[in-house]
Amino acid sequence: MSATRTLPAHLARLAESIRATASGYGLDFFDVVFEIVDYAEMNEVASFGGFPIRYPHWSFGMTYDQMEKGYSYGLQKIYEMVINNDPSYAYLLECNNLVDQKLVMAHVFAHVDFFKNNMCFAPTNRKMMDTMANHGSRARKYVEKHGADTVESFLDCCQSLDNLIDTHSLYMRRRPKTGRAASVSDEEPAVDHSVGRLRSKGYMESYINPEEFLAERREHKRRQTEQKQVFPTSPERDVLLFLLEHAPLERWQQDLLSVVRDEAYYFAPQAQTKIMNEGWATYWHTKMMTEKLLDASEVIDYADHHSGTVFTQPGGLNPYKLGLELFRDIEERWNRGQFGPEWEACEDWSEKQRWNRDAGLGRQKIFEVRRLYSDVTFVDTFLTEDFCRAHRFFHYSYNKQTDLYHIDSREFGKIKQALLFQLTNYGQPMIAVVNGNHRNRGELYLLHQHDGMDLQLDQAEDTLRCLYRLWQRPVHLESVVFERRKVLTYDGKEHTRREIKATEV
Amino acid sequence: MVSRIEEDKSRFDRIVRGKIKHELRKYITHGEMIGRKGKDFVSIPLPQIEVPHFKYGRNKQGGVGRGEGELGDPIGSSGEPGQGLGAGETPGQHLMEVDISLTELAQLMGEELELPRIQPRGEKNITAVREKYVGIRQSGPESLRHFKRSFREALKRELATGTYDPLNPCVVPVKPDRRYRSWREVRLPENNAVILYIMDVSGSMGDEQKEIVRIESFWIDTWLRSQYKHIESRYIIHDAVAYEVDQKTFYSTRESGGTKISSAYKLCQEILARHYPTSDWNVYPFHFSDGDNWGGGDTKECVRLLREELLPQVNLFCYGQVESPYGSGQFIKDLEKEFKDEDILVTSQIKDRDAIYDSIKDFLGKGR
Repeated sequence: MSATRTLPAHLARLAESIRATASGYGLDFFDVVFEIVDYAEMNEVASFGGFPIRYPHWSFGMTYDQMEKGYSYGLQKIYEMVINNDPSYAYLLECNNLVDQKLVMAHVFAHVDFFKNNMCFAPTNRKMMDTMANHGSRARKYVEKHGADTVESFLDCCQSLDNLIDTHSLYMRRRPKTGRAASVSDEEPAVDHSVGRLRSKGYMESYINPEEFLAERREHKRRQTEQKQVFPTSPERDVLLFLLEHAPLERWQQDLLSVVRDEAYYFAPQAQTKIMNEGWATYWHTKMMTEKLLDASEVIDYADHHSGTVFTQPGGLNPYKLGLELFRDIEERWNRGQFGPEWEACEDWSEKQRWNRDAGLGRQKIFEVRRLYSDVTFVDTFLTEDFCRAHRFFHYSYNKQTDLYHIDSREFGKIKQALLFQLTNYGQPMIAVVNGNHRNRGELYLLHQHDGMDLQLDQAEDTLRCLYRLWQRPVHLESVVFERRKVLTYDGKEHTRREIKATEV
Repeated sequence: MVSRIEEDKSRFDRIVRGKIKHELRKYITHGEMIGRKGKDFVSIPLPQIEVPHFKYGRNKQGGVGRGEGELGDPIGSSGEPGQGLGAGETPGQHLMEVDISLTELAQLMGEELELPRIQPRGEKNITAVREKYVGIRQSGPESLRHFKRSFREALKRELATGTYDPLNPCVVPVKPDRRYRSWREVRLPENNAVILYIMDVSGSMGDEQKEIVRIESFWIDTWLRSQYKHIESRYIIHDAVAYEVDQKTFYSTRESGGTKISSAYKLCQEILARHYPTSDWNVYPFHFSDGDNWGGGDTKECVRLLREELLPQVNLFCYGQVESPYGSGQFIKDLEKEFKDEDILVTSQIKDRDAIYDSIKDFLGKGR
């Protein structure tokens, strides 16, 4: 993207003053490079997930088509876009008016603070800007060599599997690191001479256990253990990694699969912290705008824009609003000392209402929270019953008779559980490779850890098809369908669904 | 240089149009976005392709929302349970869905199927005189005065004579400055067309077959209407005998007789001769049948009628064969054999509803 422009002087001055304001509040961010773009460029950047360049794929074109139409019919407008990188890049829409630019900049600095400090983002690649460009040029090289259709269809398959990653693996070592090479090590294991030896007296040794006989026994034993060996030794949630290491892929395919995997890991934290990240940025833009930055003449425009951001449709849930209110609630509670065993033990409602220990720890606490939590733990820890009631949360369910969704409960436990369920594993089903040599025929066996909600079967079968393309041997997925355990199989020709009888387990 | 995103977008468009990567076609959903054009709400087609994933089925599970309401209050239909966590950054608003007009529909269809605009046959153009504003002149009625041009002339004059004062930019046009719109008379072709729908209603045509014919006729009608100013439709049904009927009867009749296609072609020929002289009308007969014609040389008669009478008169003769469990489907083969090199006669097999799309393209893809 050649057309991005650096800031005009008045915006540069503005950015500088907002930077100082943000630092003054204790926000700690990477350098932020602001660029001014027009709406077409903004749509382009946004379609690429914030990057000026990605690998060539129609899916970005699809997003672009949607954004372009949305913009030209006045349905949606992206005010701002910021990417997690050091330095961070943020794009400002050229036609925003000044108060919008202020708000957006304040919002951006808070996002970048979040990127830099939240632990979910700690393992992310901070030079992703360069890496993405690199991915792009690698993919383009393969396109030249193998043709656009071949490469793109392969990428379709990879994208189809891109939610099969293990976001926790970044924080622990699940198993010793092995390269692909290590698994096909040429190194001969040390020969164990005791294998298969029959008991003999010393002088009979060379008759009872001749060397050829021992060699044959050893070979037999080795083959036996090899067959018994199940791999992976423990279920592998990082299915993409497993495929990278064990699927019969060509070099370019391996490389593209690793591209898709890297990008999936890069984007995962943003899905894991949507509520927090947006809440944090919204919290700070309101704070900065109302306390320091707003000019009296801009109040109305600001309020209009801000209320658009936190507007919640009746019956809906807006992450900006939820995050913002949770942060405010935490700040308030820690300011008034509403935490700890004493608070928990108190059962007097009116005393709880009046409770104020002047602890003044609110600001400190929210900074701590933004560092250590992700959406799941954030909601789990801080969504209290009082909060839930004050903000009128409800749980809804589907009613077959009316074909409508109805409010069915305002019970705290139920609401919280449903919300946490939506957020667990960033809303993706948990699927792991349990056997890469199923039935001893090199077939791939995946297990869906069923947690009460079935998979969408038609899509699951099509995904198996993609998996088959990579694995090139029959692939299986064990899951639960209408409360029965089933194995979905694709063997390259047809799909089968087989029920697992209780006796088999 | 084409920007990167344009490359990606053009690939996406080509997938949607079915040009490349047919394996993805089944994932295309034809969604829409509701937008505004001036005062009106319009629906903007928004094709999307979702690559398959292992993901939770939306088997009507519940969720969490926020807001007022008693237990039991409905919050939305099964399509749209409020908004989930994926709410966008823009405020939602209440939208009213309004159908797009037939003209727009035809345009979309033309784009989607890449139908060429129809070239009416030259001698059939009846022309009408129209006025068109094409230029500017110095005299004319005051009602046609061109304000902007007049002021521009005045400004030019004042600058040239040095009377223009930038501190007091007051420009007063005088008579010679005035400019008026002028028009020219142009002869615009006015095209008339007649569509003759012919359907086999013999016993072997079931309800599903008729439904296919109905859907296809609707789209053909829509397209041709977008191409011609004035269109008439005539409907013919036939089993062993042919009748002319009105539209409603055309779609609802079910006979049980045998099939003699030549009877319909004869009737078609009579209607054309009586009401639609070839010199004034573009003629489009569409014939739908399951291809199970009566033996005894009727097919030969059909071929003769087509070759000698009908084909010389029409722009395009379309024969669509729907598949039915009873029919032998022989007729299409006979036609194809007899009229191998004839551009004006187009045949198309319509297996099921999904094939309608391609069939329309067969029929109208030639721009005749």
